[in-house]
Amino acid sequence: MKQGLRKWTQSMAGDDLDQRLQGSRPENEYGVDPFGFSLDYALSAIGPFVWLYKHYFRVDTFGIEKVPAGRVLLISNHSGQLPVDGAMIGVAMLTEAKPARVIRSMVEKWVPSLPFISTFFARVGQIVGTPENCRRLLEKDEAILVFPEGIKGISKLYPQRYQLQEFGLGFMRLALETNTPIIPIAVIGGEEQAPAVVNVKPLAKLLGFPVMPLTPYGAPFPLPVKYRLYFGDPLYFTGRADDDDSELEKKVKVVRAAIQTMIEQGLKERKAVFW
Amino acid sequence: MSETRLKVVVTGIAGNLGRVVAKLLHREAHVIGIDRRPFVGRPKDVDHYQVDVRKKKTDEVFRRHRPDAVIHMGIMHDPRMSAEDHHSFNVLGTMKVLECAAKYGVKKVVMLSSANVYGPSPENSNFLTEDAPLMAASRFPSVRDLIEVDMLAHGFFWRHPEIETVLLRPVHIVGAAIKNAPSNYLRLARPWVMAGFDPMVQFIHTEDVGRAMIEALRAGRKGVYNVVGPGEVPLSKVFKELGHQPIALPHLLARPLLRTLFKYRLASYPPEELDHIQFLCMVDGSRWTQETGWKPQHSMRETLRSVLGE
Repeated sequence: MKQGLRKWTQSMAGDDLDQRLQGSRPENEYGVDPFGFSLDYALSAIGPFVWLYKHYFRVDTFGIEKVPAGRVLLISNHSGQLPVDGAMIGVAMLTEAKPARVIRSMVEKWVPSLPFISTFFARVGQIVGTPENCRRLLEKDEAILVFPEGIKGISKLYPQRYQLQEFGLGFMRLALETNTPIIPIAVIGGEEQAPAVVNVKPLAKLLGFPVMPLTPYGAPFPLPVKYRLYFGDPLYFTGRADDDDSELEKKVKVVRAAIQTMIEQGLKERKAVFW
Repeated sequence: MSETRLKVVVTGIAGNLGRVVAKLLHREAHVIGIDRRPFVGRPKDVDHYQVDVRKKKTDEVFRRHRPDAVIHMGIMHDPRMSAEDHHSFNVLGTMKVLECAAKYGVKKVVMLSSANVYGPSPENSNFLTEDAPLMAASRFPSVRDLIEVDMLAHGFFWRHPEIETVLLRPVHIVGAAIKNAPSNYLRLARPWVMAGFDPMVQFIHTEDVGRAMIEALRAGRKGVYNVVGPGEVPLSKVFKELGHQPIALPHLLARPLLRTLFKYRLASYPPEELDHIQFLCMVDGSRWTQETGWKPQHSMRETLRSVLGE
């Protein structure tokens, strides 16, 4: 089954994908890097996501060539109840960026306590979002995806769609500390994939989830909306990482504004939600 | 015996790790062992005192030999023993050793702690540095004496800056004759694993720990160091390497089940140990690696297979 999945991935993403990625990470004799990423596992596991990218969400990607080589922070808006946006950015970097890149994203601290999901995330390169982990990966010149809105972004209800929530400052501190360029990304389409009308807090509490949004049709199952990913020009910041929050906020506002502009442009250009 | 040879007191010398250290050290240094157990297979040039390290007799050993250095490994961790015995042996024993070291002009103290003092947790960063808080007891209170021992060394740094103190926190130690929890676990033909959890784990071979202890004796070394072995590996691959067939249990079921089995003495692990096969507790050993040029001699494969007596 694993071989089959891997072939499927390659049939969609190109036969040479594994060669393009080979050596991009230091793997040991057990086929994993120190963080638990396994190329072999990832190539099998991402098949369904490549299919979603190409055939279900029919993703259009703009400006991916702006992502510089070496360490980079990808900063995106967050939406859709389920982190499809993260997966789609990941597939885009894998199949459309030249050279192909495996990105890391920073997952919530409760993810490692979930069975199966924790293992899946680790093998495809997703790491618990501690500043320490992020710093370590940037120093190894990795590409890291951060959603600075966090849970507040992904769990917005339908009326709040495309309204950027408050951005955390952590990513900016890390960018300054490790001298990392920032690529702003706007994701269009995610907001309509699972239009949530209510957040059932007692149910969330019961299940141990941070939120439990429901759509008119029940669980937040993603509808086949069309995704559009806009990659912006790299932003370079200088300054002290341990500056006051107010100083960092000014810099974060620049990133937020860049994303806001791309969202507005993307919404204007789009003729329909589903195609 | 020439007078210029380094004189080293080694506590816990009769244990497996102690014997490794004695074997590696006795040709270059005068090794003086302290352990309440008899030292089986003792090299002829090693002096051994079969005494409880907490007792007055320890003073006598220090007074007679005036050692240059102490390697303190007389720490035990047996979940079946009462917390009181544990605490007394580990904490009072360590206090006694440090007190003697200060009193009798020892110039170097090497102490063995463990990377387990950080404790496994879902919120851990993948690689913990020496500055990470020692959280092990928050989920597993009966290891707090091991943290206390670690903290005693910190206090000693401040009170005796003239003594070079080295505190080593190695990852899970495994080896042929080692009877600690990780080695015993790796020997199980049908080990439990938590369904859906496959954390990355780090191991180090006993002999490599022994070498690190001796490296720490070198003049100028002082401080707290994580010590890593040949790298990181997913738990599932460990059992594949060893040819063992794990039994996957849902974690929500495994805890109460193990609690019951442990209570009725049908299992040798308390349920809190399951954290180690569910969550990360890995360390960053780069401080030690960079300062000493450290390289473990045993590969991951050799390290893992050592538990089978290979």
